[in-house]
Amino acid sequence: MELKGRHLLEPLNFSVAEMDDIFELAERIIKNPKNYAEVCKGQLLATLFYEPSTRTRFSFEAAMLRLGGQVIGFSEPNSSAVAKGESIADTIRTVACYADIAVMRHPKEGSAIIASKYSDIPVVNAGDGGHQHPTQTLTDLLTIKLEKGSFENTTVGLCGDLKFGRTVHSLIRALLRYKGVKFVLISPEELKIPEYVREEMKRAGADFEEILDLKAALPNLDVLYMTRVQRERFFNEADYIRLKDTYILDKAKLSHAKESLMILHPLPRVNEISTDVDSDPRATYFRQAKNGMFVRMALIMKLLGIE
Amino acid sequence: MQIDGIEKGIVIDHIRAGYGIKVLEHLNIDTTKNTVALIMNAISKKHGRKDIIKLQNIDNVDYNVLGVIDHNATVNIIENFERVEKVTLQLPQTIKNVFVCKNPRCVTSIENEPHIFHLFDESGRYRCEYCDNIAEVSQ
Ligand SMILES: [Zn+2]
Repeated sequence: MELKGRHLLEPLNFSVAEMDDIFELAERIIKNPKNYAEVCKGQLLATLFYEPSTRTRFSFEAAMLRLGGQVIGFSEPNSSAVAKGESIADTIRTVACYADIAVMRHPKEGSAIIASKYSDIPVVNAGDGGHQHPTQTLTDLLTIKLEKGSFENTTVGLCGDLKFGRTVHSLIRALLRYKGVKFVLISPEELKIPEYVREEMKRAGADFEEILDLKAALPNLDVLYMTRVQRERFFNEADYIRLKDTYILDKAKLSHAKESLMILHPLPRVNEISTDVDSDPRATYFRQAKNGMFVRMALIMKLLGIE
Repeated sequence: MQIDGIEKGIVIDHIRAGYGIKVLEHLNIDTTKNTVALIMNAISKKHGRKDIIKLQNIDNVDYNVLGVIDHNATVNIIENFERVEKVTLQLPQTIKNVFVCKNPRCVTSIENEPHIFHLFDESGRYRCEYCDNIAEVSQ
């Protein structure tokens, strides 16, 4: 099926083959970005950011501008009609009159689904609360593909806030479609994956374990996906203080890991990966961020039906 | 207390005590035009107390919703004061505006959109269309 005109609300909206098409185009863009510098000329991307996120917004805006397209949008709802209480339905209907594609970040879970129901133009979910973040998943998968060649028979550790970590939920959903992926879910008791994610893993017959200790998990991992553990997610300060260091990756812990380990992080990072890890060849997160822009370029082109 | 039998219509029996009002609410029956009896806390041979609803001359009711609210209830179709059919309740695949998503981060908590759930498994768990939160809505 053609990707033109479709929405991307969660990873499973696209088949494995459709994702491969996007990755294949992203790789061509990486090799020859100049060939794509004007393919979106005359096209307009709207960025609807109901909560601040410089990083994801920049990634989308840079992607569209590098394709020769243009960008409109808001980066905090206070300054727009949204602040006056406009519904998501009305906002997207209006935006669809001006723009060719819309990207939405919203603090509430399922917000992009509502937008898609009222939109004539493709809607891309750029993060909805603690729910899903499919373009981060495209970024993660492209990075694994480029550096490891394949997803199959990989042991993937996911560490940190797995309860509210939307990048984690989307990545698990996407990886469940590949053979032989083993999941090691590393988090404090309070921040384990939501029940629906656990049920999806069970239904897919996935091999997964939920553990508390990063250090113990490290030796077996091929990929380590780190996320931020936020202070405000804990019920009390004492628990936060007690647990926070357990989920920090530093050089000492890394000495227990495989030489071939690949460390990913959706960024921004606070302190969960200590900066002494950055120079380690296994640190992949900055290359990952760059891939994010290229994969978004490919996504925009596919959804607009260009090429 | 004696409540007359009905000549033609529907009797919903064995509703869990206290849930009759809720069931009635979701059946979307025009109670201004039809004769409806709601019997609360009737003595049940099986369960102690139960609620019963009798709907005179009504033949189209959304049983699906009933399956979610109380799937132990029984539905009897009555003609000439006799039961002519016993309806087996099933859990509907999709339910709309029967339950509200309990996830405080769900977008339905702030937007005026229908509350839609999809059947997740046969134990009567439903999944919110928007946030994926799994809820045990069946009583
Ligand atoms: Zn919900």
